[in-house]
Amino acid sequence: MGRVSIRGLTKAFVKEEGTTVALKNVNLEVRDKEFVCLVGPSGCGKTTLLRIIAGLETAMAGTVSVDGTEITGPDPKRGMVFQEYSLFPWRNVIDNVAFGLEMRGISKAERHRIADRYISMVGLEQFRTSYPYELSGGMRQRVAIARALANDPDVLLMDEPFGALDAQTRNRMQKELLSIWEQTKKTIIFVTHSVDEAVYLAERIVVLSGRPGTIRDIIEIPWSQPRDRTSTEFAEVRRHVLQLIDEGEPVQ
Amino acid sequence: MAMKIQLNEQRQRRLLGIASLVAATIVWQLVADVVVQKPFILPSFTDVAAAFVELAGTGTLLPDIAVSLEHFAIGLGAAFLIGVPLGILMGWFRVADSISDPIVEVLRPIPPLAWIPFAIIWFGLTTQAAGFVIFIGAFFPILINTYTGFRNIPKVFVEAGKVLGCDTSLELIHYIALPAAIPSIAAGIRIAMGVGWMCLVAAEMFGVSKFGLGQKLWQNYYLHQMPNVVVYMIILGFAGLVIDRIFRAYVDRQLLKWRSGEVV
Repeated sequence: MGRVSIRGLTKAFVKEEGTTVALKNVNLEVRDKEFVCLVGPSGCGKTTLLRIIAGLETAMAGTVSVDGTEITGPDPKRGMVFQEYSLFPWRNVIDNVAFGLEMRGISKAERHRIADRYISMVGLEQFRTSYPYELSGGMRQRVAIARALANDPDVLLMDEPFGALDAQTRNRMQKELLSIWEQTKKTIIFVTHSVDEAVYLAERIVVLSGRPGTIRDIIEIPWSQPRDRTSTEFAEVRRHVLQLIDEGEPVQ
Repeated sequence: MAMKIQLNEQRQRRLLGIASLVAATIVWQLVADVVVQKPFILPSFTDVAAAFVELAGTGTLLPDIAVSLEHFAIGLGAAFLIGVPLGILMGWFRVADSISDPIVEVLRPIPPLAWIPFAIIWFGLTTQAAGFVIFIGAFFPILINTYTGFRNIPKVFVEAGKVLGCDTSLELIHYIALPAAIPSIAAGIRIAMGVGWMCLVAAEMFGVSKFGLGQKLWQNYYLHQMPNVVVYMIILGFAGLVIDRIFRAYVDRQLLKWRSGEVV
């Protein structure tokens, strides 16, 4: 199960120059097995929101709970894929993917068996003993996805995971992610600054307004996968979301 | 074709290197024999070669090397055993950093050789006293590099470790921070070995042992056997080079698996 409820979430960063309110009274319910994308103008706190769900940041007010249990810190039950390359460079692909299992004390044979399953899911069987420096950006992010999935999390949190990839690789990765979601049926919360990516992937798009981040609108995308990026409906939804983001942008 | 050119270039560079060494030796010989003409001021190459053959015949060179390596190992071993854990504590825990940093900053600029009087008072004329002086020289590079290695770990590695199930500082240090800092620690050890080797000659100067490359260098100086002094100088330089090469080869083999290019 992976039902996420966010209630009255507020987060501020206190710095010498003053206090910045990053998120203000955010309420959101994410259904089990749902694919949700968070979009919004830069600096709207979408990454902060994701990091609070991961347990890497703490909120000042409000709660986040998964299946009714309140989050107090990081937990392998909520997998995270980071924007920057986060693979451990001193471990090869299989030992990166098996890392979470190793932390749980699972025997080497067993954890390699499980890791191999996820490595084939992301199509990197031939690279299981390669080191991260030998892999391309897209391959590294595939390994990062496999590493998060190997823990069998309830929720997969993704922070602009394809942001650093070129356009073609990015499109291919989006397709592969959808097929992984199809196979594993995890709840996915995906932060992106690309509206196109959000409309292509999400069942629901959560649009945040600029600082302080609040939920501006939630858009249901009723179409089933696969989607056609070039269709008129696609363009219309994209235009609508872009408009919402523009209006939500704080006046500079 | 390109490969062939590269090989030729390599061979050419090697030949040039050998030619330059030979030329320097000839110049040395000529200056010593023709210009200076006093083996006490500048022993010639052939004087030194003869001295080497004679010293090799007496059979003390191997015990000298062994004793020096013992002093070196004690100093470096102690520096490693204290420097790495302290560097980890200071790099990982803010409190440990605040407590230790002022002390480190006060002690660090003191030249290792300035510790010799207290090395003798504390340890007497013992192997440990020599080891202590080398320890002082080797300790700070290892400490500082372990510390900076820990400080420069990308935050995302630590966060990835946390979300993948590292719950305690001990787990994060063991599985994330230490492996990430190994290249920096290895570089620190390499610097420490260079500094420690430099301290060796001074550490053996005050008569802690009957053998040792540094001890023999000083003894021959007191006996005005300058060709012998040069023999020990060359052995010291050569041994330092070999130690460094062995360490580098070992570290490169361990680390090149996950890093491309030059490691330390």
